[in-house]
Amino acid sequence: MNNLEYSSLCQLTIVRFRLFLREPEAIFWIFFFPILLAVGLGIAFRNRPADVLQVGATTTQLTQALSADKGLTADTVDEAEGTHELATGRILLLAIQTVTGVTYKYDDTNPDARTARLLADRAIQTAAGRHDAVAAGNELVHETGARYIDFVVPGLLGMNLMGSAMWGLGFAIVEARQKKLLKRLVASPMPKWQYLASFLLSRLAMLIIEVAFFLGFARVAFGVPFRGSLAELALLCLLTSLAFSALGLLVSSRAKTMEAASGLMNLVMLPMWILSGVFFSASRFPAVVQPFVRALPLTAAIEAMRANMLQGIGLSHLLLQVGILAAWFVVPFTVSLRIFRWR
Amino acid sequence: MNERAAVGAEDLGTWPGAEGSGPTLLLRGVRKAFADVQAVDGLDLEVARGECFGLLGPNGAGKTTTIEMCEGLTAPDEGTVELLGLNWRSGANRLRQRIGIQLQETQFPDKLTVEETLRMFRSFFKHGISVDESIRTAQLEEKRNSRVGGLSGGQKQRLAMACALVGDPELLFLDEPTTGLDPQARRHLWDLVDELKQAGRTIILTTHYMDEAQRLCDRVAIMDHGKVIALGTPQQLIGTVGGEDIVEFAVSGGQDSAHGVVDAAALTTIPGVHSHRVDAGLHQLSVSELHLAVPRIFAALAGQGLHLSEFRTHSATLEDVFVQLTGRNLRDE
Repeated sequence: MNNLEYSSLCQLTIVRFRLFLREPEAIFWIFFFPILLAVGLGIAFRNRPADVLQVGATTTQLTQALSADKGLTADTVDEAEGTHELATGRILLLAIQTVTGVTYKYDDTNPDARTARLLADRAIQTAAGRHDAVAAGNELVHETGARYIDFVVPGLLGMNLMGSAMWGLGFAIVEARQKKLLKRLVASPMPKWQYLASFLLSRLAMLIIEVAFFLGFARVAFGVPFRGSLAELALLCLLTSLAFSALGLLVSSRAKTMEAASGLMNLVMLPMWILSGVFFSASRFPAVVQPFVRALPLTAAIEAMRANMLQGIGLSHLLLQVGILAAWFVVPFTVSLRIFRWR
Repeated sequence: MNERAAVGAEDLGTWPGAEGSGPTLLLRGVRKAFADVQAVDGLDLEVARGECFGLLGPNGAGKTTTIEMCEGLTAPDEGTVELLGLNWRSGANRLRQRIGIQLQETQFPDKLTVEETLRMFRSFFKHGISVDESIRTAQLEEKRNSRVGGLSGGQKQRLAMACALVGDPELLFLDEPTTGLDPQARRHLWDLVDELKQAGRTIILTTHYMDEAQRLCDRVAIMDHGKVIALGTPQQLIGTVGGEDIVEFAVSGGQDSAHGVVDAAALTTIPGVHSHRVDAGLHQLSVSELHLAVPRIFAALAGQGLHLSEFRTHSATLEDVFVQLTGRNLRDE
């Protein structure tokens, strides 16, 4: 007769754990999916050596001048053929010899073509005898922390915390309601708060494993930097998970069927997947919608985690984001406790 | 470990009704409406300590609403509900510790084992029997480590019973405990209820099976449209039908119509025949002294020039009580 066996909070939490661990799909989505995503994105957006750009020229003289630049390879083509190659994307720029000088034919909305224009002009002007007015040298940096993978890892972490908290809580609760288990539980002497608390407790324990697993992988495989305090990062993860658990609770507080719950969850999560800067900076959205975008819990979470990990900014400078997350915890939690339907 | 004895002693000290004086369950003028449907319409009931009491009636009669008001899951619009001398407004926490509940259609998590499920329910109660004992009582020893998802319907229902028993309740509510079970599983569950009765627990159960009520219940309330239309022991209620046996027959003959016209008045004057009713061409007589009445019924029908196309008899059951009271069959819904 030990006390743990007779503590209902402890039993309820153990049950939550058991049910989670016996659901192989859940383990995949929470532990392995974010890693697969990180690997995929890491490969797709790895920093490659600067590309050599393909250009064309109408005279051999021009071709020689262009080929002298290490950033360019050039072919000699006539104008009609060159225009065709330009249209099909085989070359980025065509240098046409005219009576008075040179005309560059290229698409100025393509960044690579604009680069080709700069390089080609420099090569042709240098070949024609131009001298630089100022002596210039280069010092190249390929710094960790400025790569796409460094940017996307905090985003994926935030997205994963959102998904696991919302699905974890929401689905389990709606399923229990649909199967009349909630009704059976309130018919027992179980203290109601303990049921909800058992979800938060098991979530927090899971959070430690989940975050350590994902960030450990990102560190080992990609060398993603951790410039800020790890304790503060842990606190941010905790707060993020609490905020989304509260949202999950709110979403599931009345829904009677899994279909209704799924719909509501997607309604809540989809805008954040798009707007909150998981894969690209949220600042790309127009200024009018910025206040709305920045008030979203996922935006706040990702901004704060990026600031911590990539720039080493302390929590005292992230009070706005912490405040937003805290509000997203307190308000939905209070509301859902009031409107929660046990049957 | 001797918690059971401890509970008993404590209750004798704290609960005045424990001496067996007051009713274990008391309903007075209870009403409940859902939207425009009056589910329960003025109910008065008393259940004594140690009694097995059945709420019987067709689907939609208000049985589940009634039992859920007793269980504190639904608040009545009007009237009082008292259990063990307590009510749900002031004594809810104490009551929850002392009653056991089995609800209709609860599905326990498929991926927990029988033992894990019971361990969780046991943890909600301050006092109660051990998990092992509840498994033994429900005869689930072989399934102790099986997941709930792999249990048969009868085993799931016994698990629900075990969950209702882990708190060693004085009062047990069973809502349609055998609905949807095959005949063997039903009998198995009846044996379990018998054991619980013998252990002296008060049991309130709902059912729409008349044989179940007749087999298990000391007293029965027949409900229809939210009201109790008959109350008593199964024997008393069957006695109100007027005869111990029911004769059912159908006739052919008579040139003008498919069914011959039976002169009901002539039949009810036969000694031993108490009443006559007809339902979809099937005539029903309640009869005593069957061996004497049947030849006379044959003679009377032959005298009216009618030919029997069907004829059978059975002992009067609670079903016949319901039919007599409402003019409908129980499962006519």
